Amino acid sequence: MSNRLTEAVTGVQEWFNDRAPSFNPFYRKHMTEYYAPKNFNIWYIFGVLSMVVLVNQIVTGIFLTMFFKPSAADAFASVEYIMRDVEWGWLIRYMHSTGASAFFLVVYIHMFRGVMYGSYKKPRELVWLLGMLIYLVLMAEAFMGYVLPWGQMSFWGAKVIISLFGAIPYVGNTLTEWIMGDYLPSDATLNRFFALHVIALPLVLLLLVVLHVFALHEVGSNNPDGVDIKKGPKGNRWSANAPADGIPFHPYFTVKDTFYTGCFLLICAFIIFFQPTVGGLFLEHDNFIEANRLVTPLHIKPTWYYTPFYAMLRVIPNKLAGVMTMFSAIIVLFFLPWLDRGKVKSWRYRGTGFRVALFVLGICFVWLAKIGSGPGTDPVETIIGRFLTAAYFGFFIFLWVYTAFGFEKTKPVPERVTGHD
Amino acid sequence: MANDGVDMGRRRFLTATTTVVGGAGVAMAAIPFIKSWQPSARAKTSGAPVEADISKLESGQMLTYEWRGQPIWIISRSKAQLDALPSLDSRLKDPNSMVEDQQPDYAKNEHRSRKPELLVLVGICTHLGCSPKMVPELKPEPFDPEWKGGFFCPCHKSRFDMAGRVFDGVPAPTNLVVPPYYFVDDTHIMIGVSGGTA
Repeated sequence: MSNRLTEAVTGVQEWFNDRAPSFNPFYRKHMTEYYAPKNFNIWYIFGVLSMVVLVNQIVTGIFLTMFFKPSAADAFASVEYIMRDVEWGWLIRYMHSTGASAFFLVVYIHMFRGVMYGSYKKPRELVWLLGMLIYLVLMAEAFMGYVLPWGQMSFWGAKVIISLFGAIPYVGNTLTEWIMGDYLPSDATLNRFFALHVIALPLVLLLLVVLHVFALHEVGSNNPDGVDIKKGPKGNRWSANAPADGIPFHPYFTVKDTFYTGCFLLICAFIIFFQPTVGGLFLEHDNFIEANRLVTPLHIKPTWYYTPFYAMLRVIPNKLAGVMTMFSAIIVLFFLPWLDRGKVKSWRYRGTGFRVALFVLGICFVWLAKIGSGPGTDPVETIIGRFLTAAYFGFFIFLWVYTAFGFEKTKPVPERVTGHD
Repeated sequence: MANDGVDMGRRRFLTATTTVVGGAGVAMAAIPFIKSWQPSARAKTSGAPVEADISKLESGQMLTYEWRGQPIWIISRSKAQLDALPSLDSRLKDPNSMVEDQQPDYAKNEHRSRKPELLVLVGICTHLGCSPKMVPELKPEPFDPEWKGGFFCPCHKSRFDMAGRVFDGVPAPTNLVVPPYYFVDDTHIMIGVSGGTA
């Protein structure tokens, strides 16, 4: 009996491979014969977790579009309808809203990991650039998604963010009217943001994610030691030509990632079931009030993942300069592979200056996030915010000077990854 | 690849012309899609003028009307508020309303209005479009110990005086906008057009 079954399965496989001979090598290249360094630690789960969240966003998003009405008149009521009347609608919506914040959380950690271990350095510059594009698209995607429920924060957040483009000299006003399709965020704006949020940007996002992974699999993964395993000795249990310190992605890392995905989903489930708004952090309280274009909420603030940049905008007392500083804070990250001239990748073997600077950068980011999410009335906080903004940009200047002029005292990098046998 | 007998100049010319014509075609075809994002005819017509009834507006009170989806404030200022205006000039970015397009010519004066006590403003911060709050009392406020009444934007802490003039050192670049308006009679204002008396 089992013989018959095996024969049938093999038969189908052969039939398939005869007709699509490139599928099997493709699977092997990216799964069973993709050799990843064996010394991956917990920092290396966040790429996979972001893909898990992406799938969650797509699936829950498709179901939300079945009940959501993309018009200024109906949007808020249709979201309430999802929350109250649609069976399990509340769960699907909270999975989507929690997923948005979780997405940024894992992406921020993923990016920080890249800086810690120098994963953006040669030959992985392209992987970093594609990742940064993903981050940009993700910010646009999340912003437009937040406008859709048409609550107070949706409306006023949209107004503020779209007005940023008004700071551009000469074309600013025309551009903002073009984006909104009206003189203020309106039905036209909501409708087009819906189209971009559910069709255009997800397509771009998926394409970029595929390119990001393909680009990574061409050059191979970095690791906590920053040692290139492809340059090390060859030959492991599976192949004589594969790096000795690499193990197949499937099944070894798929199993590890599945375990951590389980842990991650457990935390997400706790938030979804017990704290879906996380005290106004994931979903702001003002967004449970329908949009009113004549009344501004007392504290307009974006969701937490934008607040570090929003704080920069707020502490600079000039509109154009504030907007440019904010965008520069993101653009400068694109240049990281070329600003950092150090040859040693991992912070394990880099100079003390780098470790301290990275620690300061992390503090700046978190503290700015706190300032950006506060009311912003405290003048002392404004001064601190300016200082932190300067320190944020200071990191990149320091990094260039530190590495380009040979100030960095690195430790010897081992020949092979630590803990190999 | 055998390239013998190929006229490379001819090939380059054909490639270039095809690219240019194709590129122009793509650019032309993009225009309708880009233009479709412009404010529609419906959005444009909803910008018609609005008539406001000010017969019940007492001194110190504010009325809010809606024009082009923007809040329009009509404020009857008290004598104390008006008297405080000149004393603020040194702390303002543009005390004499020199920036064009922020007000019609008839509002280019100390009180920025046709009638001194009656102020008409677009209630939208010139920074990023939030709606500021009126804080009319002449008393110290947490954000300004020498406050003489005015408007405070909750979003990014921009401050304006009781004529909508912006203070120095705040993110808003210009004074609040005075919309075009005229007095139909003593108790009615038409907002959105300057009328024949301009």
